[in-house]
Amino acid sequence: MCGFGGYFGDGVAPHDAQPLLQRMVAAIAHRGPDEQGIFTAPSVGLGHVRLSIVGLGDGQQPMTHSSGDFTIVFNGEIFNYVELRETLNAQGHVFRTGSDTEVILHLYERMGLDCMSLLNGDFAFAIWDASTQRMIIARDRMGVRPLFYTMVGKNLYFASEVKALLQVPGVRAEMDPFALDQIFTLWAPIAPRTAFRDIFELEPAHLLIAEKGEMSIKPYWQLQYPDMGEPAAYTDERAAAEELRDLLTDATRIRMRADVPVGSYLSGGLDSSIVSALAAPMASGGLSTFSVTFGSAEHDESAFQHQMAQALGTHHHAVASGEGDIARVFPEVIRFTERPILRTAPAPLYQLSGLVREKGLKVVLTGEGADEVFAGYDIFKEARVRRFCARQPGSRIRPHLFRKLYAYLPGLKQQSAEYLAAFFGAGADSMDDPLFSHRPRLRGTAAAKLFFSGDLRQTLDGYDAAAEMVSRLPQDFGRWHPLHQAQYLESRFLLPGYILSSQGDRMAMAHGIEGRFPFLDHRLVEFATRLPPEMKLKGLVEKHILREATKDLLPETIGRRTKQPYRAPDSQSFVGGNERDYVRDAFSERSITASGLFNPKAVSKLYEKCSEKPASGYRDNVAFVGILSTQLWQNTFSATKALSTKAA
Amino acid sequence: MTQPIKDSIKAFIIENFLFGDASYDLQDEASLIENEVIDSTGVLELVAFIEDQFGFVMADADIVPANLDSVARITAFVAKHAQQPALNKMSA
Repeated sequence: MCGFGGYFGDGVAPHDAQPLLQRMVAAIAHRGPDEQGIFTAPSVGLGHVRLSIVGLGDGQQPMTHSSGDFTIVFNGEIFNYVELRETLNAQGHVFRTGSDTEVILHLYERMGLDCMSLLNGDFAFAIWDASTQRMIIARDRMGVRPLFYTMVGKNLYFASEVKALLQVPGVRAEMDPFALDQIFTLWAPIAPRTAFRDIFELEPAHLLIAEKGEMSIKPYWQLQYPDMGEPAAYTDERAAAEELRDLLTDATRIRMRADVPVGSYLSGGLDSSIVSALAAPMASGGLSTFSVTFGSAEHDESAFQHQMAQALGTHHHAVASGEGDIARVFPEVIRFTERPILRTAPAPLYQLSGLVREKGLKVVLTGEGADEVFAGYDIFKEARVRRFCARQPGSRIRPHLFRKLYAYLPGLKQQSAEYLAAFFGAGADSMDDPLFSHRPRLRGTAAAKLFFSGDLRQTLDGYDAAAEMVSRLPQDFGRWHPLHQAQYLESRFLLPGYILSSQGDRMAMAHGIEGRFPFLDHRLVEFATRLPPEMKLKGLVEKHILREATKDLLPETIGRRTKQPYRAPDSQSFVGGNERDYVRDAFSERSITASGLFNPKAVSKLYEKCSEKPASGYRDNVAFVGILSTQLWQNTFSATKALSTKAA
Repeated sequence: MTQPIKDSIKAFIIENFLFGDASYDLQDEASLIENEVIDSTGVLELVAFIEDQFGFVMADADIVPANLDSVARITAFVAKHAQQPALNKMSA
């Protein structure tokens, strides 16, 4: 895994090309500590920093095809490169290296843009095609690897992280207020929007083609579900479970391909336990597993982590996210997320990737993606219970099911059935609403916009982030089963926008670690879309078919575990004994007034309230972390920009 | 007689759930849940406030939206149950 930056257009003078590319890749040097390289041609520049994983000795980039026609910079992995290479070899292609990078070049030479359909991997790349004078940038199907771009005049600039783009003269780091509204509604900006005004993210499964002064963006793959009336593709559960097991085993097998050892994250939950169990026999020299532990019982899963590590006989390592650790690393976390966040959950993952690096590994498997693909999240069950309640409005019995879903939330345990129904909008939301499954979460999060300043509200002028989300839904969305609609919303928006970026790539790459995600192998994703909803969410048992397919792999206590969402302490991480100068400063009236985004008086009261009673509710925690991270974002990137402008 | 109760409740909601945003148009009949003024933790804070301020203990069965989901409903409920000394103290 690596990072890259580049440009296309005649806006960079020849003598500025090398220094600009040097600055761009230096800004993302953490992504590729092993090597760096630069390629320039008239109107074209490509820079690359490399984390050597496959083809250690001969995979240097930028890499040019032997014909001289195509040059690539590439971040990520093509996991099926061995099979693709064999096919290409048989067709007469001659390879100079053992790398997956060269396989992309040859596949592109042979198939042009159609080559995307054959790539199984997590990737972002840029190919300069000198034969047609076009620049192509592309991103993997699910959005594992990041890719950002911006235009300055008619010139296209692109990079793995925004901080590289901020090195380009004329690119300013300015908050996009609509992105902030999206974050305070959906937890993440809706791509292509980013937190930075006029800097965009290439959407997952999309290609951007720049040629002859024109730019076009198009999808090469789409996440789709069957229409509700269609006959089920699978009726035999056992056969489906067997197919799932085969696919998942193969997805794991090809993700163990590397010229360095591959480890695995182990949260103690079902998904990472399955991945670790499949990977353990494939790891020569034994599998290393890595976990985060917490001091607070409501967040800690160390008992399950130990049990699983013991059962598999792994070399297990853990890092404690203790009192004060989240506040200690949080400013760095925001420097890497490059966007405000509403929860602190990325911070312990930042610590975890640091542990992996400390133990000498560069690659880890994770269980991420299983909850989206096999319907593991509580929100899927919640939507089902809300529909169940809506069938009998006013029922005093039905809303008690919400308690079963959220046993880990003390605030809900003591509520009456009437209140439970009211909090979850049971019976109040229209079941035809495309966002039905997500309405309570969207409303609960958007409540934190209470703290927006008058100026920000005026700028937003009634903007509705949820309505924009609806406008991005595919035409056939309305014909899908409600569970599939909910899965699509998670997979299309929150997964790439938050889980795979703020909690995924950005936290791992902060320490030069590559995460690999067997559950997001597109073969497995496509297979799961065709499964009947009841095989995934059976009653209120999540990931049913996955449990069936893997029950021989895990101790019974792990295999039967109910999903425990990964969470970390929020506002309480920053108050009392954990308070730091930067937190006080971020919440000070002076700083809040200077940023202009929040209401200083209200923020001051929030700070006071969370300091006095750290166990405040969802809205207050989201607001606290959101405001703090926005303030840190402003300080970090405004300062970076000011310095880089001077340097330029 | 209910005006001081209503004022006290409104002030608590503005201070505690709206963080002093007096410009918020808090209608007496508006649902506190539907308008995202209050969440599950907030309900318990509200109950604690009512008990402390008005000198009576709320039974679990009374902690329902029908009694607590708007300023008007809370006011009516409190007016019915509040201890006289607490009300006198408010009027004084």
